[in-house]
Amino acid sequence: MSISHAPPGSSEPDISRISTSKAGPDARPDDHAPLDLVPLVPTSSRRTRVPRWLRRTTGPLVLLALWQLLSSTGVLTSDVLASPGRIAHVGWDLIDSGSLTSAMATSLQRVAIGLLLGTVIGTGLALVSGLFRIGEDLVDAPVQMLRTVPFVGLIPLFIIWFGIGEAPKVAIITLGVTFPLYLNVYAGIRGVDSQLIEAGESLGLSRWGLVRHVVLPGALPNAMTGLRYSLGIAWLALVFAEQINADAGIGFLMVQARDFLQTDVIVVCLIVYAFLGLLADFVVRTLERLLLQWRPTFTGR
Amino acid sequence: MATDVHGPVTAQPVTSQAVRVEGLTRSFDGRPVIDRLQLDVRQGEFVALLGRSGCGKSTLLRILAGLDRDIEGTVLVPRRKAVAFQAPRLMPWKKVWRNVLLGLPGKPERAVAERALAEVGLGDHADAWPKTLSGGEAQRASLARALVREPDLLLLDEPFGALDALTRIKAQRLVGELWQRRGCAVLLVTHDVEEAVLLADRVLVMDDGVIAHEQHIDLDRPRDITDPRFAELRAGLLERLGVDTAAEAA
Repeated sequence: MSISHAPPGSSEPDISRISTSKAGPDARPDDHAPLDLVPLVPTSSRRTRVPRWLRRTTGPLVLLALWQLLSSTGVLTSDVLASPGRIAHVGWDLIDSGSLTSAMATSLQRVAIGLLLGTVIGTGLALVSGLFRIGEDLVDAPVQMLRTVPFVGLIPLFIIWFGIGEAPKVAIITLGVTFPLYLNVYAGIRGVDSQLIEAGESLGLSRWGLVRHVVLPGALPNAMTGLRYSLGIAWLALVFAEQINADAGIGFLMVQARDFLQTDVIVVCLIVYAFLGLLADFVVRTLERLLLQWRPTFTGR
Repeated sequence: MATDVHGPVTAQPVTSQAVRVEGLTRSFDGRPVIDRLQLDVRQGEFVALLGRSGCGKSTLLRILAGLDRDIEGTVLVPRRKAVAFQAPRLMPWKKVWRNVLLGLPGKPERAVAERALAEVGLGDHADAWPKTLSGGEAQRASLARALVREPDLLLLDEPFGALDALTRIKAQRLVGELWQRRGCAVLLVTHDVEEAVLLADRVLVMDDGVIAHEQHIDLDRPRDITDPRFAELRAGLLERLGVDTAAEAA
């Protein structure tokens, strides 16, 4: 028994239509039954009235409203978490009194110095081991070994070495920033298309010319990725560094607030950390847009 | 990597030859790919080098370009030489005109690049990023980059291999015109017999690491691929390469 086409007049319309037109003795090629045409609606007219940005902001706003509701009904006490309204108020007070802005300036300065030092050291080491074989032999192995040490674990040692001033904080950030940059820049240098290097050689570029016009621009996309990782780690390192023996900065504000059970101040500080992180990400994105616009995969703008 | 590729591979007095190769041997892991090869190319001569894949023709071109110096024997090439590869190999991070000027000594003007680009029909693409060029355009930009060096020897490594059929015909015609205008010696490595017969003064067939066969092409230019003599030369060369042309004719 084999499965065959449904007989004419069957209750299955799709199959019966085909089989009758094929089997029917009067069927002619131009004797088509009128087709049921379906209009293809352009996507623009199908789009809902509510703009995307509004839909995307709805979720967070609902969450915020819920939070406020829970706080004002007393379900969420201020000892656990302050209400959004209270946080906004405290945030404004902290800015008004200048203590938040000065703390931000201190923290930003720490990150900036640590990032600068880490970038110089990480990129420098990557250049040495990426461009020279002897450099690779001397530098790469120790760096790969040190990389596995969790940098946060070095805080006690750094306090013994550098005291409790700015130096250990900057050192922690520097250390955290150095490794992702090193790894990415090194991989970028080693990943440059050998065909392009050969083309550069055939064009008569000197060794330095090859580095400048072929190797470094080719490593730039990886370097930017490394910078992004580094920025993320820089904030993380900052939080750790500022929780210990700080007498200024956002972390100091937080520690102080903890001692007085001021959850509102703590949340304000967390928001400031998040805001600074977003800002840093925006800076890197802008840098990428400017420096990597030649990339075939580039879709920004 | 740090070598000066503009210098001759071996310093020797100037002759009327554009290329002079004697007893050239290049081995990979003890296996000679080029084995005591002799080759002479006159100034202004267009030579096509045919051969099956893996016969060492691209290795020979790389040696002549100064990119492979792990060699034995005598190799004399002009100081000014330029290469166009199968892939355009433009630096994606440099605009087209900067790509053209890359590696030129001194600080050349942008107008120099624009002139070379106009010569290959890319005059209005000087400011483009390489990613915006089509395959044929990128290959022409690569040709402009080679020509701007005013080479006495132009080395072409299957430059039309990656192009579609129509673009290839245009590019071949362009190379023919540029060669006649510039008068430089050209060594074209290809596996396309028709292309070789269309463009070259002399076609060499490479096999077993040496030049196994030489064929002068005396047809008038511009050449007509429907000319029976063209077909005859093409068939002869195909036979040399081990392709049975009788089956094709049937």
